Amino acid sequence: MTHAAIQTYGLTKSFDKVLANDHVSFDVQRGEILALMGENGSGKTTLMNMLSGIYFPDSGQIEVNGKGVSILSPKDAFDLGIGMVHQHFKLVDVFTATENIVLGMKGPAFLDRKAQSRQVAEICKRYGFSLDPNKKVYNMSVSEKQTVEIVKVLYRGADILILDEPTAVLTPQESERLFITLRNMKNDNKAVVIITHKLNEVLAVSDRVHILRKGKSIATVITAETNQQELTEMMVGRAVSLKIDRPVTQDKSTRLEVQGLNCVSTDGVKALHDINFTLQAGEILGVAGIAGSGQKELCEVLAGLYPVLGGSVRYHLEDGNQKEIIGMSPKEINKLGISMAFVPEDRLGMGLVPDMDMTDNVMLRHYYKGNGPFVDRKSSRKLARSLIKRLDINTPGTSTPIRRLSGGNVQKVLLGREIASHPRVLIVAYPARGLDINSSYTIYDLINEQKQQGVAILFIGEDLDVLLELADRVMVLCGGQVSGIVDAAAATKEQVGLLMTQVGESGGAI
Amino acid sequence: MSQSIPTAKQPYARIAKRGAISKRKAWAVRAGGLLAALTAGALLILALGHNPLAVYADMVNSAFGDRTGFNQLVRIAVPLLGASLAVGLAFKMRFWNIGAEGQILVGGIAATYFALFQYQNIPRPLLLITMAVVGAAAGAIWGFIPAFFRAKWGTNETLFTLMLNYVAFGFISYLQSGPWQCPIQGGFPIISMFDPVARLPRVFDIHIGWIIVLVLTVLVHFYLRKSKQGYQLSVVGQSENTARYAGMNVARIIIRTMIISGAISGLVGFMQVSGSHFTLNDTVTGGVGFTAITVAWLAQLNPLIMIIVSLFIATLTRGSIRIQTSFDIPATIASVFIGIILFFMLACEFFVNYRIVFRNTKES
Repeated sequence: MTHAAIQTYGLTKSFDKVLANDHVSFDVQRGEILALMGENGSGKTTLMNMLSGIYFPDSGQIEVNGKGVSILSPKDAFDLGIGMVHQHFKLVDVFTATENIVLGMKGPAFLDRKAQSRQVAEICKRYGFSLDPNKKVYNMSVSEKQTVEIVKVLYRGADILILDEPTAVLTPQESERLFITLRNMKNDNKAVVIITHKLNEVLAVSDRVHILRKGKSIATVITAETNQQELTEMMVGRAVSLKIDRPVTQDKSTRLEVQGLNCVSTDGVKALHDINFTLQAGEILGVAGIAGSGQKELCEVLAGLYPVLGGSVRYHLEDGNQKEIIGMSPKEINKLGISMAFVPEDRLGMGLVPDMDMTDNVMLRHYYKGNGPFVDRKSSRKLARSLIKRLDINTPGTSTPIRRLSGGNVQKVLLGREIASHPRVLIVAYPARGLDINSSYTIYDLINEQKQQGVAILFIGEDLDVLLELADRVMVLCGGQVSGIVDAAAATKEQVGLLMTQVGESGGAI
Repeated sequence: MSQSIPTAKQPYARIAKRGAISKRKAWAVRAGGLLAALTAGALLILALGHNPLAVYADMVNSAFGDRTGFNQLVRIAVPLLGASLAVGLAFKMRFWNIGAEGQILVGGIAATYFALFQYQNIPRPLLLITMAVVGAAAGAIWGFIPAFFRAKWGTNETLFTLMLNYVAFGFISYLQSGPWQCPIQGGFPIISMFDPVARLPRVFDIHIGWIIVLVLTVLVHFYLRKSKQGYQLSVVGQSENTARYAGMNVARIIIRTMIISGAISGLVGFMQVSGSHFTLNDTVTGGVGFTAITVAWLAQLNPLIMIIVSLFIATLTRGSIRIQTSFDIPATIASVFIGIILFFMLACEFFVNYRIVFRNTKES
């Protein structure tokens, strides 16, 4: 009888009073791709951290190849052939691909670089990776860096691979290529676990799906016998509608007119190149692009936080007059009615103060109001309370530091505060970053509600499916340039994916 | 799947992060740390051949046993508390001001100028007020310089403030042996004692500085908790990006906070020369600018708790002087003793955030 590559029995892990994993039992076989699905906070990462030796379970047992093991450190995990590919890459920028791959391996004092490069090239060939072993990491795209991470794990002899949200940083085309290599690994009799919450990917690539909810194993299903709706219901625990509304609005007057916008990043590279677009009242203009294509700079320019080289941003006031906002301070711009809610990668870095409580965070936008040297905490507390109620924010109270709240609640605080100031232009960047289905839909509803009230919304997103469903028009950025603005209802994902990687005249009609 | 779960070998002990810990529990951990520190200190005293209880009793007695002892205690605690308030303000903004020492000294220098050369020209209340104001102003300038460079060009404030300490020390040596040297001391590099009019009045037989510093504590407490400026500096400390996003002028806030921090230190300098030493030399700080860093962190940057911590450190200092004479324990051992206690107190912050789980213990 063949043993499972990994089999767990009743793994349990708690943090303080929270049961992160509650008797989780699952298995992955050789020659199979298992998708591990669950909402945020369902315990996926905790489970993987126990398998890779970062946490030690409170109780339960892990078997690898049919033998009971105790994994006390990442090294133990490695010795058992378990290789983890993390969401955030851990690479040395000035080293080549090969140097990064062999880094930290035991061996003779002198390296035989040629032999190593050859070995790396051989692994790439076997699984269908396209990777130049001698390319430096700083010259690589995100997808190439990910390839290096995966090859690194394979080079070290892992035959059980765990990938944490591998497609979060990839374009649709790149994801497709990744899936091909994953299938090659499967055919090579390796066991592959991918952690994800994107339903279409699960259906496209996996053989079986194990679903976690609130730390518990819910079910293991065979991919071929299930569908999106069923998976979602198991993940969320009840039936949910997967359709995002796109309400129709009447008022289409121009709010923001951006012309010939140029700026450079700190290291002198052009970050934005001749950006032109208009933003109308009652519309959501989606912004798509590979990470780092100028989204952050665009947001910061509009909020007055980034120096501009040239161009103009004209804001249309209610009385029909126009105002040039370039050169204004962030506070002046905010007072005009332009609000920005930017969720950075670490979720808390911009717009929120992690160690402060909700009252103090809500206060950030209006603490300076009122006479006298003292802050008015009372009205902030009142606003915080009303936000908790209206947006259904899950928190012990207004005086809990917000770093203790879960991602979805933190993002609701941020967005709620910006909406509370009744903006006329709302810039939202990655509002659903890392959120589960439920929380994401709450956020989309919130944004749609603003749109219906006639707010002009610039929505910067990563998930193309969402952008195409929610936005009215989608502007695609590529290398700091606008490579096209498409009608969201008519455009396809492939069309947008193509625009994300090349700037051409084939931008499509507005 | 079967219910009989085989259990694998567990590590003997491992570290687990605590979740939210109640305030009361956190202080209980700290009290435990203090107890452990005293026990470790007791072992040291035992090794020297003394009775730990007797030594401890004598230390406490030296500080709280009689009037003079208590006065001495307060005399040590006042500058310590003042300097802790100053560095605490900067630390709240994550500005690593380790230059309180120098800021105190320049405050002392400025106040001394008026005490030595203007005491005959200005009536006493006005003279003391002037000394306080110029002392604070000098300290403020010493705080402004590194803040300005940090805000404009991103220089490292830790090195900058540290170096400014040496500038202040050097300048005092120059004054002692140069322009301000006392003519009747026969060539010793000493500055004259202040005229009685330039000395701080006493309240309950201790110089009035203790009232000043307590008022300052309350003011700083309200400044941090309630004022707009206090709110701004906390935001800047946590995330400069967020501060900019909220429309705050980060450079201005850094400079303003350091001016206040420096001014408090400068005021401490004035109190030291005018209330405690009645002259200026390079020992007027007694190292409080550095000890204050420990006090500020032990007190979790809370001004009200700094009062207790300052008194505690002052008791240790005072007590270790006493046991040198009464038990013949050398001064160096006394420093080791203080070091042990501080080590334990800082280490127990680890146990506030983490706990150790031993094998085979049930986690509730």
